[in-house]
Amino acid sequence: MPLTDSLRDDILASVPSLRAFAISLSGNGDRADDLVQETLLRAIANIDSFQPGSNLPAWLFTILRNLFRSDYRKRRREVEDAEGNYAKTLKTQPAQNAHLEFEEFRVALDKLPQDQREALILVGASGFSYEDAAAICGCAVGTIKSRVNRARSKLSALLYVDGAEDFGPDNTVRAVIGGNS
Amino acid sequence: MKEVKKQGGLNAEIQSRIGHQLRAMYDDVVRQGVPDRFAELIRKLDGPEAATAAQGGGEPDKNNGGS
Repeated sequence: MPLTDSLRDDILASVPSLRAFAISLSGNGDRADDLVQETLLRAIANIDSFQPGSNLPAWLFTILRNLFRSDYRKRRREVEDAEGNYAKTLKTQPAQNAHLEFEEFRVALDKLPQDQREALILVGASGFSYEDAAAICGCAVGTIKSRVNRARSKLSALLYVDGAEDFGPDNTVRAVIGGNS
Repeated sequence: MKEVKKQGGLNAEIQSRIGHQLRAMYDDVVRQGVPDRFAELIRKLDGPEAATAAQGGGEPDKNNGGS
């Protein structure tokens, strides 16, 4: 499909959520914006292969996700360094409570395996259906569902095991999450 | 008597809290809107040829599409 003005507008309208997805995936704002820029260039370079009437955000997310994946494989080392930088930025930030909780969440999210993290973000934050998320990740719908479930249980284990009693779980849950007696 | 939840359904309140934090983190970025650099980029690029050039080359045989 040719690059019409309305298609241009639609691509532009997807930029905020593409950025949010890129930042959630990479945990690094500068790198995320580079990813978004490359996604836009690729999308426009390949706009002929976009099917009119199909899901434009899903198409753009697929491009971004694939770019992130190939980039990640190429630069696994640098990613690890970026984690170190991330820890450094944490120290310089004010220890406000809400902010701290936010950062704890961010750190826990980064601990998830990549498959699970992207599935959780696509379904839980970007608002894609399981079907769209499966298409974006190139896997079966059931696979996405189980990745999302595993991501949620892992996050709750990372973030809330210690404080779980605040939420008033019954005895069985307490036994499950509390471990020994 | 309260119904005993199995492990997979572990604490609905924790799950809703996780969902809330995830969306808060995400929406925080979404609310920043479109940075100028991207608005300019999309306005500037005329189509596939320009974008391929801007990517710094790409496959040479791809430019011969002649839409």
